[in-house]
Amino acid sequence: MPDETMVGRVWKFDNDISTDVLSPGQYAVAPLEVRKLHVLESVNPSFAQECQPGDIVISGTNFGCGSSRETAPENLKAVGVACVVAESLARIFMRNAVAVGLPVIVCVGVHDAFEDGHEIEVDLATGRVRNVTTGVELQGDSLPEEMRGILAAGGILEVLRAQGGRGT
Amino acid sequence: MGMTQAEKILARASGRETVTAGEFVVGEIDLALLHDIFAAGVFDMLVDVGVDDVFDPGKTVVVVDHLVPAPSAEAAAIHQRIRDHVARLGIESFYDSGQGICHQLLPENGHIRPGALVVGTDSHTTTYGALGAGGTGIGTSDMVYALATGRLWFRVPETIRFVFSGELQPSVTWKDVILYLAGRFGADAAQYKAMEFGGDGASRADMSSRLTVSNMAVEMGAKFGLFAADEVTDAYLLDHGGVGCDPFGPDDDAVYEAVHEISLADLAPQIAMPSEVDNVSPVGDAAGLAINQAFLGSCTNGRIEDLRAAAEVLEGRHIAPGVRLLVVPASRSVMKEAMDTGVLATLVDAGASVLAPGCGPCFGGHGGLMGPGERCIGTHNRNFIGRMGSAEAEIFLASPATVAASALMGVIADPREVEVKDA
Repeated sequence: MPDETMVGRVWKFDNDISTDVLSPGQYAVAPLEVRKLHVLESVNPSFAQECQPGDIVISGTNFGCGSSRETAPENLKAVGVACVVAESLARIFMRNAVAVGLPVIVCVGVHDAFEDGHEIEVDLATGRVRNVTTGVELQGDSLPEEMRGILAAGGILEVLRAQGGRGT
Repeated sequence: MGMTQAEKILARASGRETVTAGEFVVGEIDLALLHDIFAAGVFDMLVDVGVDDVFDPGKTVVVVDHLVPAPSAEAAAIHQRIRDHVARLGIESFYDSGQGICHQLLPENGHIRPGALVVGTDSHTTTYGALGAGGTGIGTSDMVYALATGRLWFRVPETIRFVFSGELQPSVTWKDVILYLAGRFGADAAQYKAMEFGGDGASRADMSSRLTVSNMAVEMGAKFGLFAADEVTDAYLLDHGGVGCDPFGPDDDAVYEAVHEISLADLAPQIAMPSEVDNVSPVGDAAGLAINQAFLGSCTNGRIEDLRAAAEVLEGRHIAPGVRLLVVPASRSVMKEAMDTGVLATLVDAGASVLAPGCGPCFGGHGGLMGPGERCIGTHNRNFIGRMGSAEAEIFLASPATVAASALMGVIADPREVEVKDA
């Protein structure tokens, strides 16, 4: 299993960041190179351009609410986001993030504990979250083993490939 | 210990006697739905992982509803790819462009059975809970896995039960009820959970109303939004597909995370204000705000009952100058019934533009998008920033009667006020 701890620079967002914000409807069927440039643009127009590989998104409650579009976590992953840490996650978004291999965890208190540009350390297996900049530590929900297994494989399609395209 | 309706659905699907909230199970899929935003991509991905068929072409339904009529050459090309894949895979239940919105067509054509586990590449797959089915939205990669294997992992959800009593006041609808629930409990109140809608009040709700409520369960984060299957369900299924059903619902001693009692008689018409579905107030709180567009349609409220409710408000009247009223029937059969019963003529006489059945404006795709600074009131399900075009447009959500009353007045209006003026 690959390393389940990561350290990255924080981008902070508020509550109810919807799939319309993460993947606007007008670009629903646009190629990834185009649509990723619009991720979060209605709340932070420079995010897509300035996000660096390994950066980590922090948010308030209900992150990823809205549609089933998998392009939402895919766009985040494509601009380099290594993990999303939220006060709460929308169900389909969480499922889709795992399916495309983007780590996500729920950690109550994370929105207040971080500001843009802080450095964060996340441990998926234990759910431990630490603000490297301020030293504050939080205990989030560890990710269930079933989901970590899919993430470790690189997403559910990789699981399927490993099964030879059929169920186990 | 008894099971909730969600637990019963997932126990049966996973071949277990019982399951309990919090467990992970692998469920056999009874029906898989794909629509045109994702179908071509899913089928391409299936080929890419080396799978040249689907688990059961008879349990796979494909609907072309989002990009209809094709707003661009690219959209038309996507539809061509879908048709090729559908033919290659031998999928019989294929609803091509113009027949309607998936969440209308599947119930209308008898695809949804109580107790079934249904996955769809659309968040509003929760709609099928109206018929007692476990319908839930998944993404494209999960759908590829489901189509290849016929199975998918699920976490058995906790359930919040809503028990309704009493009768709704005139001009108050089940759209107002689900908006009220979103406002009172919050947009993530049922995150990763199932919602059950029960009690005398729920058993009196007609199928159209149940479809509206279950449709919007996902706006509270729910995995399923379930009504018990009862006489109303049986009658609907006999009319749509010809095969009735036995009663199906939760055990009396099921264990719930919470149970909330709701008195229907206490509710006024509701409105969700920008830009969250849980930013809800009685419609009077927004009354008087000028609108540019009124939208009557979507999988939430595009049925004949909805069009009729709007027509009753607009009968013999005309919408306010400067307002655009878009009417999008949820399916061709809804459109036909609206034509045959004079409902469509009433709406057109009142100044409505009628568009082909589909999802266009509701998901911000095409056919009725908003410019910066514009305000829309609609019967649909989401008012997020940028949902209908410009990020600087405002979207309000309400019932068909409230949308019609607002189109009539040119400002957001309480349908009861409009009727009072008539009396």
